[in-house]
Amino acid sequence: MPTHRRSLLAAAASVLPLVGALLAPLPAHAAKEVNLYTTREQGLIQPLLEKFTAATGIKVNTVFVNAGLAERVAAEGTRSPADVLMTVDVGSLVDLDRKGLTQPLNSTVAKAAVPTELRDAEAHWVPLSLRARVFLVSKDRVSDKSMTYEQLADPRWKGKVCLRSGNHPYNTALFSAMIAKHGAPATETYLAALKQNLARKPAGGDRDVARDIMAGICDIGVSNSYYVGLMRSGAGGAEQKKWTDAVRVIMPTFKDGAGTHVNLSGAAIARHAPNAANGVKLIEFLLSPEAQKTYAEANFEFPVLKGIAAHPVIADLGALKLDTVRLTEIAAHRAEASLMIDRVAFDR
Amino acid sequence: MEHDERHRGLLLAAALPALLVLMPVLGLVVLALHGSGDLWPHLASYVLPDALRETLVLLAGTGALAAGVGVGAAWLVTSYSFPGRRWLEWALLLPLAMPTYIVAYAYVDVMHPLGPVQTALRAMLGITDVRGLLLPDIRSMPGAIVVLAFVLYPYVYLNTRAALHMQAADAIDAARGLGASGGVLLRRVILPMAGPAIGVGVGLAMMEVLADIGASEFLGIRTMTVSVYVTWVTRGSVEGAAQIALAMLALTFAVLAAERAFARRRDQGGGAGERPPTRQPLAPAWAWLATIGCAIPVAIGFAVPALHLAVNSWVRISDFGLPPGLPIWIWNSLRLAVMATAITIGAGFLITFCHRHVGGSRATAVLRISALGYALPGTVLAVGLLGPMSWFDATVDALFHLLGWVPPALLLSGSIAALLLAYTVRFLAIPTGALESAYGRVPPAMDEAARGLGARDTALAWRIHLPLLTPAMGAAALMVLIECMKELPATLLLRPLNVETLATHVYAEASRGTYEDGAVAALAIVVVGLLPVALLIQAIRVHALYRKRTARRELLAPA
Repeated sequence: MPTHRRSLLAAAASVLPLVGALLAPLPAHAAKEVNLYTTREQGLIQPLLEKFTAATGIKVNTVFVNAGLAERVAAEGTRSPADVLMTVDVGSLVDLDRKGLTQPLNSTVAKAAVPTELRDAEAHWVPLSLRARVFLVSKDRVSDKSMTYEQLADPRWKGKVCLRSGNHPYNTALFSAMIAKHGAPATETYLAALKQNLARKPAGGDRDVARDIMAGICDIGVSNSYYVGLMRSGAGGAEQKKWTDAVRVIMPTFKDGAGTHVNLSGAAIARHAPNAANGVKLIEFLLSPEAQKTYAEANFEFPVLKGIAAHPVIADLGALKLDTVRLTEIAAHRAEASLMIDRVAFDR
Repeated sequence: MEHDERHRGLLLAAALPALLVLMPVLGLVVLALHGSGDLWPHLASYVLPDALRETLVLLAGTGALAAGVGVGAAWLVTSYSFPGRRWLEWALLLPLAMPTYIVAYAYVDVMHPLGPVQTALRAMLGITDVRGLLLPDIRSMPGAIVVLAFVLYPYVYLNTRAALHMQAADAIDAARGLGASGGVLLRRVILPMAGPAIGVGVGLAMMEVLADIGASEFLGIRTMTVSVYVTWVTRGSVEGAAQIALAMLALTFAVLAAERAFARRRDQGGGAGERPPTRQPLAPAWAWLATIGCAIPVAIGFAVPALHLAVNSWVRISDFGLPPGLPIWIWNSLRLAVMATAITIGAGFLITFCHRHVGGSRATAVLRISALGYALPGTVLAVGLLGPMSWFDATVDALFHLLGWVPPALLLSGSIAALLLAYTVRFLAIPTGALESAYGRVPPAMDEAARGLGARDTALAWRIHLPLLTPAMGAAALMVLIECMKELPATLLLRPLNVETLATHVYAEASRGTYEDGAVAALAIVVVGLLPVALLIQAIRVHALYRKRTARRELLAPA
């Protein structure tokens, strides 16, 4: 047999069993398993999941779907293996609920752990941790110790503000809160003024804000509170620690003094979950004092469970005072905020 | 007639992969029609005009720069000899191993005021103010054009070099004999002869730009593809996203059609004189300029980002050790790529053989349709596939229920098969294009002779065509392998539980803002991607050597 045919046959022969073995579908039902679909990056939740498995013996299968979680679960339909759906933005969580992809979470433990103002009325989802949207300001060039979100659009900051894309969920949530507080026209004026204050085109991520402030590209920027902890602790490397040494963190409030804008990471049980009971166990574990402490200590987030302190490295942020606008109301305005970003050409 | 029946069978078999390619397009159409159209006026007034403009500017800029670099490098490397030419000829292909999003992350780091380049420059010039240098920001349109062009020029380089090697040699030598040199030679002989090949290469590069989302989004460019993505994620409207995606497909078809026009012209070139033109030596000053000129694209497109990744990986590994998941991610990336390559090459051969053997408008239609997947960016493809896959699984489920059997777990949605489907649909254009060209070099007389000697269809395919097509098939296989390893957006959306590839890990780390954590995985993608590039280079060299020896033998043998 000519060489090329021999090698082709050999290749085919070796590929076939491989194909057979590797195409075998994963079991969706297993006594000791739970399937987690999350928009939360692996690294941030892995330690928690490992602790859960160690404590209960239930294996957690995960897939990090950065975008399209709702579409994927909807497409999988009634036989979707998803048990727990976890997201990092209240808007997407409410979205899952509205699209009928969740089921009510019947857990007294969960109900007891979550403060009333953070709960979903129908218990279709629960918050797991909070993050505040804070200001980073240059230590050398800015002396303010407290600010309001509204002040960011003041002419004083012209050409001095750094942000990530206005259309990123973290920012649209903040602007949605603005709409809830001040109404749409006032917020559009605010956004147009804020755009004038930008030092550079919105791009990159929240950590780039610290880097750019240190480099002198801007004097003030917006970031999530947990990034501050991540950078300061050295978890991001020595470079990033240097960035935070050049910035001070301000926990802003809204003008009416009500409180700071927060967003949440949260979870829900999928409507057709094959291992719903295990899913509830996972969520209850994530709301337990041990897990909430890990949220605080490993991820530098604010726990939802009362009595758990935030990580000392972000202690200078002060106590978190939640703004009174309910998160569900913020979610309702998200699409509107996004359209507004387009209308003022914020990202261009 | 018996013949026609067999042909019909062959057509049906070949049509199957082509129909798979249509699945995501149909999925998108269904989604778009579901949409209430509420969002469309907003998109049309505020989003699309700018998105279209930015896309066109990016396409034009990248296309022009990639063409300049690719053609210039190919011309220098083929026509002249200068120090380092031998290894530069192959080094110029190295950027193929670099995914665009990784290069974007690397350059934002490298060119940042606090990064190594500006720090070094400031030290040299004695400037203390961090903002003293005022170099342009990479996160801009010019920055994106430069980054993308220097990563994508190999498509132009590869095609141009092949054309110059295969067709233009005689013409170049003749023109030189008549006294033409340098610029005249380039303008009046090389560019016209290699024009079709250049067109194909630029077309491929532009398709890559259209499909890219990671680099564009990161560098702050709001292209149509980024708009699709943002509409879907932040505006929460997958229907609106589908509408933009379909509008964008129209643009991509235009690029595809132009590429088709060039490809048709190229196939008329013929491959009789396959040898490189005699290389002229250059005066020392010009020779060194040529060396530097060819080294710069390699440096910008490969060496600088690779070095940056290597340094970051080193720091990361010494601080935190190797990421524990690394072997698994490599295994996942490799096995998915290998399986997808096998399926794609098989399907590609089936389709092109059918086109060659059966011919006719239907076979040609199948061939054209099979290339459509390349025009769909990964995100769009994945979103489009969700619907049809769901429908398929629901139908299988209903069928099993009808027969009274227990239905299996989801066959397509959320399985490895979904990923393989996505990769096949996306990259089928590579083998079909390569094999169609290769078939152009197999004279039809050969088929007639084989049939005259009694060969039937399978024998024709297996014993005549396959050996002749193996080099092209091998090269196509390697290209598909590289592309599958780098693929990101479709993999992110469609992959099953517990399956992480190198690309998805890099993305996860980058979206956390910890690019350094992703550096090790990013470096792994590049290293693993270098292997197919090296094999590709080797395959081309062996093939060229084989042709050279055959040509020499033909020259020396008596008539």
